[in-house]
Amino acid sequence: MDAHVQTIDLNAYYGAIPALKNVNLEIPKNQITVIMGPSGCGKTTLLKTINRFLELTDGTRISGKVLIDGEDIYGQGVDVTEIRKKAGLLAQRPYPLPMSIYENVAYGLRIHNMKHGRELDQAVEHHLREAGLWEEVKDRLRSPATGLSIGQQQRLCLARGLAVEPELLLGDEPTSALDPISAQHIEQRLLDLKNEYTIVLVTHILRQAKRLADYVVFMYLGEVVESGPARQVFESPQQERTRAYLEGQF
Amino acid sequence: MNNLKTAKQLNSFPKKRSLLRLSRGSKERFTDKLFLSISLLPVVLIALLVLALWLRTQPIFESQSLWSLLLGQTWHPIKKQFGFLPFIAGTVWVTLVAMVLSVPVCLFSAIYLSEYARPSTRTIMKPLLDLLAAIPSVVYGVWGMLAIVPWIQKSFAPFMNKWLGYIPFFKVNNPTGFGIMAGGVVLAVMVAPFIIAITYEVLQAVPNGLRQASLAVGATQWETIKFVVMRQCLPGVIAGIVLGASRALGETMAVLMVVGNVPQLPTSIFDAAYPLPALIANNYGEMLTIPLYDAALMGASLILLLVVLVFNILSTLILSRIVGRTWT
Repeated sequence: MDAHVQTIDLNAYYGAIPALKNVNLEIPKNQITVIMGPSGCGKTTLLKTINRFLELTDGTRISGKVLIDGEDIYGQGVDVTEIRKKAGLLAQRPYPLPMSIYENVAYGLRIHNMKHGRELDQAVEHHLREAGLWEEVKDRLRSPATGLSIGQQQRLCLARGLAVEPELLLGDEPTSALDPISAQHIEQRLLDLKNEYTIVLVTHILRQAKRLADYVVFMYLGEVVESGPARQVFESPQQERTRAYLEGQF
Repeated sequence: MNNLKTAKQLNSFPKKRSLLRLSRGSKERFTDKLFLSISLLPVVLIALLVLALWLRTQPIFESQSLWSLLLGQTWHPIKKQFGFLPFIAGTVWVTLVAMVLSVPVCLFSAIYLSEYARPSTRTIMKPLLDLLAAIPSVVYGVWGMLAIVPWIQKSFAPFMNKWLGYIPFFKVNNPTGFGIMAGGVVLAVMVAPFIIAITYEVLQAVPNGLRQASLAVGATQWETIKFVVMRQCLPGVIAGIVLGASRALGETMAVLMVVGNVPQLPTSIFDAAYPLPALIANNYGEMLTIPLYDAALMGASLILLLVVLVFNILSTLILSRIVGRTWT
């Protein structure tokens, strides 16, 4: 298996409370990896270690390694902004920046000085198309992004994340604030995008996991109970706890 | 089942004592009206104040127009010359100098406290800053006279005069140290806790998800603050500054002690000035035998009150929109 992200003996703590215990994982390239498990099992914490968002919370601590393309992202001299640029994030609910639709997508490109003028226009259009939003917003690119519906906002956030050309796409329950139709939109986008990006998705919706996953990680109380190709885990789980969860016992 | 029973009991309870129930109802209406009138009291008070000041200013309008009062440059009560312009100019100069000195420092302090400081630093710094607001203004005045005025007289004014004296704005025409600059420095420190506290609140009202949205595409923290947080907060920050300015406009004691109190049109930050509050505080109660003097001072109070009211209402309106705004 071609691992894009790898964790080695990864432990995370909120103060003295352990949130991740000895997580050893390999996340395959250009597939959708779904991290599932009950609330508070450490799914989101694990996701946040991959784009170094965990350190934004006061009192968090980490030991072990997280490798992207074999490079330790917690190593010395690593530029945290480069890591975050490499690992795009789709949050639980959309947060459009206080600027126009166009500027939201152009934001990352401007920050990193990647594109200018005509090239910038083209990039914005390309990524809005990629996120399936172009047709709906092409006539009002200059109006404030907060005027969009919440489902459109989430696709805008997807476009904003894709614009800086990440390798990874991290989704932290990205459909949980959306109506069913908008959620379906996002799911379809993720399926379309997996050929170009490695997608890591946290979800507590079992049916969504089954619809999207190529590879599954099941977590419980901060530990990885089981991980493997989706079909294998869903159809013949090796662990008793995985089976119990899939049957809806907790 | 159990719940149903208790509900029934509750329902039947007032019926048995219908007399009591009636009096409870009327009591309720009475307290409602009473509390309403108590809370309306301040509003009525302000309205009455404006009305009273307006009525008592009237005599002066019989001999002078509003414009000649507002734009008149000479203050000579015995000759019935009541030009407010030197006082209005004094107020504006002192307030502007205070805001120029205070606003940048306050913005950076608030940004540091809200965005960079550790929680422990925050818990120590915030109450200390709030404490600045609790110091009586006369104490600031004394500090101004003992520390700021001599420093301006001996060091700052000569220095500026030497290097920038060719600009009228920094020319020293008044060697005493008492003047706009001293008033501005004292006021800058006095309004700082208000501007910092409001800016801090406005920054705190920005949802973390918005900061993370910017960080997630690889923006640095400073870029996030500059392009996202501050853009989101701009109206609130402006409201905070306006509120700070309205405090500076009305501040009397501390300014009066260091500003020199000469009714003239200042041309330099080292000139003495005579702001409106100082005029009123220094003269009301004295020399009221002079005809129209009383009416002129009432006019000065009215101008001051209206300006401060407008500033306060504006900033409160903006702030209530921002801090109360839910993020959807």
